[in-house]
Amino acid sequence: MKVDWAALGTVFGVSLTVVLGLVVLFSAGLRALSAREDARERGASVALPTTAATACLVACVTVVLFGIYLIVAR
Amino acid sequence: MDASLLVIIVVATALAFDFTNGFHDTANSMATSIATGALKPRTAVAFSAVLNLVGALLSVEVAKTISGGIVDDARITPAVVFGGLVGAIVWNLVTWYVGLPSSSSHALFGGLIGATWIASGADAVHFAKVVDKVVVPSIAAPLVAGIVALLATFLTYRLTRRTRESVSHKGFKAGQVASAALMSLAHGTNDAQKTMGIITLTLITAGMLQPGAAPPMWVVLSAAVAIALGTYLGGWRITHTLGKGLTTIEAPQGFAAQTSAATVIMASSHLGFALSTTHVASGGIMGSGLGRQRDGVRWGVAGRMALAWLLTLPAAGIVGALAGRVASTGTVGVVVVAAVAVAVSLGIWLLSRREPVRPEHVVDEIAAQAETHKVAV
Repeated sequence: MKVDWAALGTVFGVSLTVVLGLVVLFSAGLRALSAREDARERGASVALPTTAATACLVACVTVVLFGIYLIVAR
Repeated sequence: MDASLLVIIVVATALAFDFTNGFHDTANSMATSIATGALKPRTAVAFSAVLNLVGALLSVEVAKTISGGIVDDARITPAVVFGGLVGAIVWNLVTWYVGLPSSSSHALFGGLIGATWIASGADAVHFAKVVDKVVVPSIAAPLVAGIVALLATFLTYRLTRRTRESVSHKGFKAGQVASAALMSLAHGTNDAQKTMGIITLTLITAGMLQPGAAPPMWVVLSAAVAIALGTYLGGWRITHTLGKGLTTIEAPQGFAAQTSAATVIMASSHLGFALSTTHVASGGIMGSGLGRQRDGVRWGVAGRMALAWLLTLPAAGIVGALAGRVASTGTVGVVVVAAVAVAVSLGIWLLSRREPVRPEHVVDEIAAQAETHKVAV
């Protein structure tokens, strides 16, 4: 009876890293969007928060697409 | 009975099983998106169906696990596979009717193992492989999903505590749709595979494919289409309940739970672990319940699910063993098994029509795990 603990460990490690990464990126994106609204109300420049939000959300999409690519590419 | 006729019967039965699987499960992943009004019901269901189709085409690792190794394909016949399949379907329908949370995947494995065991002896079942690829992952994956979802939910709420109401409302609606899409995709990569595996196994036992062969293209395509159709047609039931704007989870929580479950399922699919997508999704929801508040889990429900889980493999195994035994006696046996299966299905369908669709039929075991929220649309 041989259980492939390494493979199970991989599932755990990969899932944890990917999900926490996604959650942090997504939340950061929302915070940046929120900061953008604040900046707009103050009449300040929205360039920085807009860039940050876009970067975070694009990174989210990239992570997901890369994951799917890894599954398909095998 | 003519071998090719029997193969056709098994393939048709397997596709029917696949259809019910889509009908049953996939609605769950789109529930919150519909309730929050992020997607129109019709759009959501069609979207989910397409993603299931795509997911089913992405990977065949799980299909290979089933067709190449959990039972000795040299020692069973298509009739045995048929028996196992009937065992799974009957057990599934009965548990669905009485409202017992059970996993179609485990019913399938139970039926197949039971039928093989009785027809060809215990050593025709590769128990080591069953433990490695099915039993251990099916215990581990919901736990993993739970732990990941707990941390993810905690982080999500923590990090977005100070964002504006309007931003997080809109943002999480979108996040929900994305994570539900991932969940549908993941469902296709694991659940449609089980049907492909069964059909491939049948073709191998009938001598139409080499042992160890990968599923042929038509098998992959037909299984993918069957689950997508099931998803699409099953969707009307969710719109029924969700019209009221009720959902079982808050949007940020759903985002975290579904992202976790989908990731765990896809990573497992990639390694050929056949697991119950329902159990993983429940694990994710329980974890996210705990991540949001300390008493966010209904342990009683969790206990009942664990019990049903323990019961499913042996119970479907017994039904599968009986059906496999009868089916392998010859043409009459196959006809008898088929007739009983049709009679049971019809009976349950008629019984279920006597009462209207209840919410617990719709969002079944996952709903039981989370409290209901009124959604501000």
